[in-house]
Amino acid sequence: MPNIHMDRYHQTCPMSQQALIDEFFIEHRVHILEIAAFLDRLDRASDQNATQEFRNRALRQAVAELTSDEPGRVERVQMLLSDQDIRLLEERDQQNAWGAAPGQNGVPS
Amino acid sequence: MDYIDMHAHMVSRTTDDYEQMALAGCRAVTEPAFWAGFDRRSAEAFADYFHELLTFEPSRAARFGIQHYTWLCLNPKEGEDRAMARRVLPMIPPLLAHPTVLGIGEIGLNRVTRNELATFRDHVSMALEHDQMILIHTPHLEDKYKGTRVIVDTLAADSRIDRKRVIVDHVEEHTVDMVLSEGFWAGITLYPTTKCSPARAVDIIEMYGDERIYAASACDWGRSAPLAVPRFIMELRRRGHDEAFIQKIVLDNPRQFLEQNPKFHLSADRVSVALNA
Repeated sequence: MPNIHMDRYHQTCPMSQQALIDEFFIEHRVHILEIAAFLDRLDRASDQNATQEFRNRALRQAVAELTSDEPGRVERVQMLLSDQDIRLLEERDQQNAWGAAPGQNGVPS
Repeated sequence: MDYIDMHAHMVSRTTDDYEQMALAGCRAVTEPAFWAGFDRRSAEAFADYFHELLTFEPSRAARFGIQHYTWLCLNPKEGEDRAMARRVLPMIPPLLAHPTVLGIGEIGLNRVTRNELATFRDHVSMALEHDQMILIHTPHLEDKYKGTRVIVDTLAADSRIDRKRVIVDHVEEHTVDMVLSEGFWAGITLYPTTKCSPARAVDIIEMYGDERIYAASACDWGRSAPLAVPRFIMELRRRGHDEAFIQKIVLDNPRQFLEQNPKFHLSADRVSVALNA
């Protein structure tokens, strides 16, 4: 897991909290509503056939990370969504990545 | 503001995109060789692609006063095919003397397989043998962390590598530190969904500093934005950064890296570029 150095956190953004909220709150408000709506949509899906699917689980773990008070939320979410097993694959299984790692972080594939 | 887009797959973009980029301040693009969206079926297809990169694109860009440079390789998406790599790689050295070829790229890994790593090592050896700069692609999404780790460890174990002549591209929050701390250049890619937004790219630069780092569009045939760098500039301004700081990220830093190759020379003005088209 990458280490978060506090000197990278301490006042490295030139804007004040109030200025950030004034300028950027609305465009982040929409992002959180989109996530909430997607989770509701999964609940409303015609077939509840992916409740344990690895991306579904990873998304919920990532959402939980957002409420942490600890610095480094984005790095931790990135790692939750990463394959941390650095062993080489014997051969290519597919061209495209999934967006989350099957079997990672206790998430079943 | 004038800028250099360090990573743009212009073969996939329209001439209108060149015009829009020129209107937005783009002075030069560097175009790494990449995947066409399907695995090419013959080595001859790569030969035609390299020809396009060396002839048609510089001419098309110059009409709008944009200088076009390129990097050559067999890209990581096709690196699994070792037989194809053995046919394509020998095509590259004779092209390295071309005035718009900057080096070898974008090489790297995709799904992080044994064959991909072997093809990556072959490219690195070729670059070293011919004293070329290197542009490295790091994998997508869940493969980003492991792929970047393998690439950085592979390069760090090779004492012949001059790290200041190597870009490790597509860094994100969980990989930027391992790239910069090892002395390589780091590229941030501005994509609508799969890499960094302009806001997150600004966060990374605020936290990790403005040395050996830049942001590029990496626009291609997928969801991407040829005007991503101007949007990044706008985000930097919204966040209160001054013009000199912004210029360092989008123009001075790319220029500093690229001028390590004497073939790269940013023209004094766009008119001379267009007149020589």
